[in-house]
Amino acid sequence: MSIKKIHSDQPKNFKFTDENLLVAEEILKKYPKTNKKSALMPFLYLAQKQNQNWIPLAAMKYIAKYLSIPYISVYEVATFYSMYNLSPVGKYFVQVCTTSPCLLRGADKIVKICKEKISPNESELSKDSNCSWVEVECLGACVNAPMMQINEDYYEDLNETNTIKIIDSIIKNKPLKPGSYRGRKNTSPEKLKNLIQEEKNA
Amino acid sequence: MPKITINGKEIEFQKGMTILQACDLADVEIPRFCYHEKLSIAGNCRMCLVEMEKSAKPVASCAMPAAEGMIIKTNTEFVEKARKGVMEFLLANHPLDCPVCDQGGECDLQDQSLYYGVDKSRFSENKRDVKDKYMGPLIKTQMTRCIHCTRCVRFATEVAGVPEIGAIGRGENMEITTYLENSMKSELSANVIDLCPVGALTSKPYAFEARPWELKKTESIDVMDAVGSNIRVDTYGWEVKRILPRINEDINEEWISDKTRYACDGLLKQRLDVPYIKKGNKLEKSNWDEAIKLISEKIKKLEPSEVAGHIGDMCSIETIYAFRRFFENLKSTNLEIREKKFFINPQEKLNYLFNSSIVGIEKSDLILLIGCNPRHEATMVNARIRKAFVKNKVPIYSIGNPGDLTYEYKIAGDRSEDIKNIFEEKNEISKILKKAKKPMVIIGESALETKSGGFIFEGFKEFLNNNGFINEKWNALNVLIQNASTVGGLDICSSFFEIQDNFSFFDKLENKKFKFLYLLGSDNLNIKKENEFIVYQGSHGDRGAEIADIILPGAAYTEQNGLFSNLEGRVQECRKASYPAGDAKEDWKILSLISEKIDNKKLFKSFEVLRNEAIKEIKNFSQINQLPDFKKSNSKKIQFSYTPEKIDIKKLDYYYSNSICRSSKTMSDCRLNNKSFLKDGTNN
Repeated sequence: MSIKKIHSDQPKNFKFTDENLLVAEEILKKYPKTNKKSALMPFLYLAQKQNQNWIPLAAMKYIAKYLSIPYISVYEVATFYSMYNLSPVGKYFVQVCTTSPCLLRGADKIVKICKEKISPNESELSKDSNCSWVEVECLGACVNAPMMQINEDYYEDLNETNTIKIIDSIIKNKPLKPGSYRGRKNTSPEKLKNLIQEEKNA
Repeated sequence: MPKITINGKEIEFQKGMTILQACDLADVEIPRFCYHEKLSIAGNCRMCLVEMEKSAKPVASCAMPAAEGMIIKTNTEFVEKARKGVMEFLLANHPLDCPVCDQGGECDLQDQSLYYGVDKSRFSENKRDVKDKYMGPLIKTQMTRCIHCTRCVRFATEVAGVPEIGAIGRGENMEITTYLENSMKSELSANVIDLCPVGALTSKPYAFEARPWELKKTESIDVMDAVGSNIRVDTYGWEVKRILPRINEDINEEWISDKTRYACDGLLKQRLDVPYIKKGNKLEKSNWDEAIKLISEKIKKLEPSEVAGHIGDMCSIETIYAFRRFFENLKSTNLEIREKKFFINPQEKLNYLFNSSIVGIEKSDLILLIGCNPRHEATMVNARIRKAFVKNKVPIYSIGNPGDLTYEYKIAGDRSEDIKNIFEEKNEISKILKKAKKPMVIIGESALETKSGGFIFEGFKEFLNNNGFINEKWNALNVLIQNASTVGGLDICSSFFEIQDNFSFFDKLENKKFKFLYLLGSDNLNIKKENEFIVYQGSHGDRGAEIADIILPGAAYTEQNGLFSNLEGRVQECRKASYPAGDAKEDWKILSLISEKIDNKKLFKSFEVLRNEAIKEIKNFSQINQLPDFKKSNSKKIQFSYTPEKIDIKKLDYYYSNSICRSSKTMSDCRLNNKSFLKDGTNN
């Protein structure tokens, strides 16, 4: 992953909405008053949520002023963590896990589908600006590999057909249900579905 | 004291030292990149690994505190292997472009890879490439060379107080940059060039000018402000190629301001190389004989009271003394050293010194700024105040609003009434002042320039004296002088001053009492020329030369020897690094020539005679490079009128403050850059 690019088209102003201001004040209460800067990461996340899942420069400045820290400190943090998006992402933001377990189980095929269906390059908006996708490192669901995350939901135990269906559904703006696509409940063993139950009954 | 064993040798160290510092004490060299004495410890280059007994892994000596009984080895194979490994990793992504790198010859990485590295590279993959960043008109970047020591980041945040540089991204993609590639808004920015251990940050104006081994190095003193920063002047033939700081813990530590460093290209431009004479409203090239003859004829015709001299901002003590003698011979008393009408009482030396001394700032527990902006008027003093602020959290108050000083301070009023209240103990400040153990009152020229300048100064002197803050151990009275020649000039010309009628020279000048005005390197004096005959002697064709009838080409500060007294009264030697341009002569020689023409007497036999006589004139002189002796104040308080008014801190055109700066392209670039920043209304 190369360094994150700052989007060329930046909004001029950013402000927390009234509700988010309350949330921000709540967050600040968690940290000592002399160390307001500790609230930087939750603030960035809040800003990202408010601004269609990406952080504009204006938001970084706003947060820097809010917490009275230098701009560069905010900028450093925002560029360090991969989960802060510094350029617009689609309304449906697809994150495909390509770390070893998922890759062994065929994550490369999911990437290929994303390339075909959404955009040829990662972090690029689809034609209708509705979706974008990105390769990420381990999302911690290796048991259900391969998997992808769309916005805040995990789609697990995928294969090519499922993935095509899911991607098509988000392109049509009618997303399918998240969860395992092989009928598993969470990470329970697949073939011995009732194993635990049976053991309990025994 | 605790003891530590380094390479079998037991040495004592002070508590709180790191292993690396202990090794320095034991004269054991440890290679390093990120560690720097004046900055916080980062511990990220790993070059300083050493072997510690009972530790399976090598330890980073810069970050590991030394402890009693530690056994450290630095000359084992284990350490050698560790260093080689680190060096190999550092070089993995470092380009092999030493032949085209400006750091070549003074590069830490180059030197250390020679001593501690491997001769061959096993790295056959592609090296990473980083886009260069813009960091302003002074700093040239080649970010591929960066080894991420973060010295520049720490310098900007800690010393300069402008947290604008940072490391973005992470891992292999980490890059050092200023916020959105803006230029660094600091007067100390160029110090990051010296700090950079590799060629990632190099000097833009000096790019591809010379190699360090080709240059002649002369240790000298800076005259751009009154701080007297210690510098090294590097010359190639006649040209001054660059100026670097010299370490002097008492004055500038390791840093110098951008003006000190980069005004030197002004020494090559706008130079006066032959005498000029104005003929029919046009300056024409002439020669020394004609010019000097004309001057002596003019002077002979006039009454002594009609002849006046003004001493500029970069004149050495010897030059000023020669000028004084020249005027004594003419029996004229119209001599002035100040550029503006600020009140000075030169009867006692402590009346115009920074008495607490620059080192004293760190010991102080209260700083009160009166109408001064140390950031622009004395950048290195400001850096020291910031250091004291960061280190000791010293409370700082200001009368008048100086703007951003890189540290926090409280504005305690901006009118002369507020100061009067301090004297009358109606203001809270007077209570805080009295409680403090080592307070400092720093009075700027802007405060002394007000109508109640005399009142402010004498009032503070009396207030501090009454509270026992002026004694041999601690002297809280400080005047922040702006020009390098002022303190020395006040020493030598004090007999020409009238205390009550402090501005008689300026009044006479305004009332057109002078018919002959001799400007000795003086460019900042505000003159409305009418019928005066003006002689300008100096190095640059600037404001003074513009209005002159005769121009005598003099030498700049790098072209003649001379003593300068800094604002603390510390006398330091500025040395000749180069030669005057063209037909130009050293200042004292010119004065001697004119004097010879007038009364057939040489002023001085030689420069040595001049220097010895001049040193005798310096009040309270102790030794070269030392602070002057303390003399108790004996004079009675002089009453001055008080006018209620606003104390306006006059904005100094920092990058354009003297004739050398004004001729310098680099300084113009900086000024433009700064202006555009102001126009944008702060992106910040």
